[in-house]
Amino acid sequence: MRGPGFVALLLLAAALVFGAARLVDNPYAFFAGYVVLQYVVLATAWNILGGYTGYVNFGTAAFFALGAYTTVALHKLTSLPLPAMMLAGGIVSGAVGIGTGYLTLRLRGTYFSIATLAMAVVVQTLITNWSFVGGSRGAYVVRPAEVMGLDYVQYLFLLMLALAVIAIATARTIERARIGTGFAAIRDDEVAAEANGVPTLRLKLIATALSGGLMGMAGAPLPYYVTYLDPASGFSLSYAVNTIAMPLIGGTSSWVGPVIGAVLLGTLQQVASVTISSALSLLIVGLLLVGFVIAAPRGIIGWFGK
Amino acid sequence: MDLLSLDLLGNALVSGLLLGAFYAAVTIGVSISFGMLDIVNIAHPAFIILGSYTAYIANTALGVDPILASIVLLPAFYLLGMAIYTIYDLAFERRGDASIRGLAFFFGLLFITEVALVLVFGVDYRLVEAPYIGPSLTLGPVDLPLRLLVPALVSLGLIGGLQLFMRHSFTGRAIQAVAQDPLALRLMAANPTRIKRIAFGLSIATASVAGAVLIVIQPVEPSIARDYIGRVFAICVMGGLGSFGGTIAAAMALGVVESLTSTFSGPSWSPAVAFGFLLLTLALRPAGLFGRS
Repeated sequence: MRGPGFVALLLLAAALVFGAARLVDNPYAFFAGYVVLQYVVLATAWNILGGYTGYVNFGTAAFFALGAYTTVALHKLTSLPLPAMMLAGGIVSGAVGIGTGYLTLRLRGTYFSIATLAMAVVVQTLITNWSFVGGSRGAYVVRPAEVMGLDYVQYLFLLMLALAVIAIATARTIERARIGTGFAAIRDDEVAAEANGVPTLRLKLIATALSGGLMGMAGAPLPYYVTYLDPASGFSLSYAVNTIAMPLIGGTSSWVGPVIGAVLLGTLQQVASVTISSALSLLIVGLLLVGFVIAAPRGIIGWFGK
Repeated sequence: MDLLSLDLLGNALVSGLLLGAFYAAVTIGVSISFGMLDIVNIAHPAFIILGSYTAYIANTALGVDPILASIVLLPAFYLLGMAIYTIYDLAFERRGDASIRGLAFFFGLLFITEVALVLVFGVDYRLVEAPYIGPSLTLGPVDLPLRLLVPALVSLGLIGGLQLFMRHSFTGRAIQAVAQDPLALRLMAANPTRIKRIAFGLSIATASVAGAVLIVIQPVEPSIARDYIGRVFAICVMGGLGSFGGTIAAAMALGVVESLTSTFSGPSWSPAVAFGFLLLTLALRPAGLFGRS
């Protein structure tokens, strides 16, 4: 299918999702749906770097929280509309991605992974010690009741839905473009790719910036969603675990995998944390991740041939 | 600098060195698994916390000295390590797919261990009791708290013992050889998989003792494993991957820098020091301060 046709289909699917959520007529549907959509964005973003080029990012929480704290800072300084703040959060996180990547992407992939873990702690320490955005005590953000006649939670849901469409369209475009071939060459044999004239460092930096930027955009609406944000929840390890588990469980070779993984695991967690407990639902994610990487290395999409 | 801050500096230096010896014990397992076997066991700190909790149980339920208990428990951790390596080998190394999925596997183990400990013990800080927690030796202006001194000595003893084993036993030498040339090892009639399994078992066994000294030094709760990931890998990389002497030197350097930071700018900054060190090391000298470049 051609690009514009695919985007039209995605928009149609998004409209159906929003219509269905309106039909349920229960505010909780939007609260829970927002989280699932946020994970669709995060998993798709992670997969652009992790699945396509083979570089594992453990620092999702840092990119995500940087987006959220950019919003907190802008909320105190300006009265920009939320979409503009999302763009700003994306730029900040993308820039941090380029910085970390520039320092470590020339080394073996393992070092990049360890560096992203390290980066997450450094960023968390900086935010915890920065009192302007609330420091360790956290920050409150007052949420307007509605925007343009639309309930604010529905507005947040709609923004995240739009971001999910953008993320999926970006991932699919990369897969089918020349740049996607370059990414795959890096994943399969980086030395051979370099020897054949693939600009590996530049491609890796592009992937890191795109991936980190999308994560930052996904985090930007968070302060308005939770209305109270502290470093411990913004930088929670569960973001990193979920965004790695979802693509690996769904399958990393195509844009469909992260989406399947995010919808399945995201919904499962929403149900499990209401019916059982949130700690237990996280344990389930961990066990599923380990089980899938051992027993089903190609993820769910691997079961359908191809 | 006046006399008071000179005292402070001296105390910070000494406790930094003692802390560094303890960091070396925390890192030595990773020096074996990551440095020698090339297995990126980012879950190692979680096994250390597991070691803290087993020492805690032995101490509170049976009244046993935590460090003694951890030595008794060494074989259990050794077997745990062998079991984990067996799974890792079958699922990843033989398929030639150790990079992404292997990393995700250990990341999953880290997370499972942490959540399981939270479910069993909750998120409260736990601590142990032992006669050496509390008193300190005084040498002139410098205080030597026994709760740091005893762990430092135990740590150095652990590393010394491992070093003797690596130098003088056939298995120890085979472990050092396996990372360099598995084929040559096979020609010497040693099975690389078996050697790696033993080595990985040893690396997890060190987590038992490291966990016990950790809970002697500070109260422990499940999520502090994460603070140690950065320290451990920073020290391991700075120490030149797999060199025990380098590990001790790098660990002490980090201990001193952290102790100075927390004395002069406040403890909330000290996690960033370790990770900042790591990022700088990776950026400037990935072969390590003491490694062959």
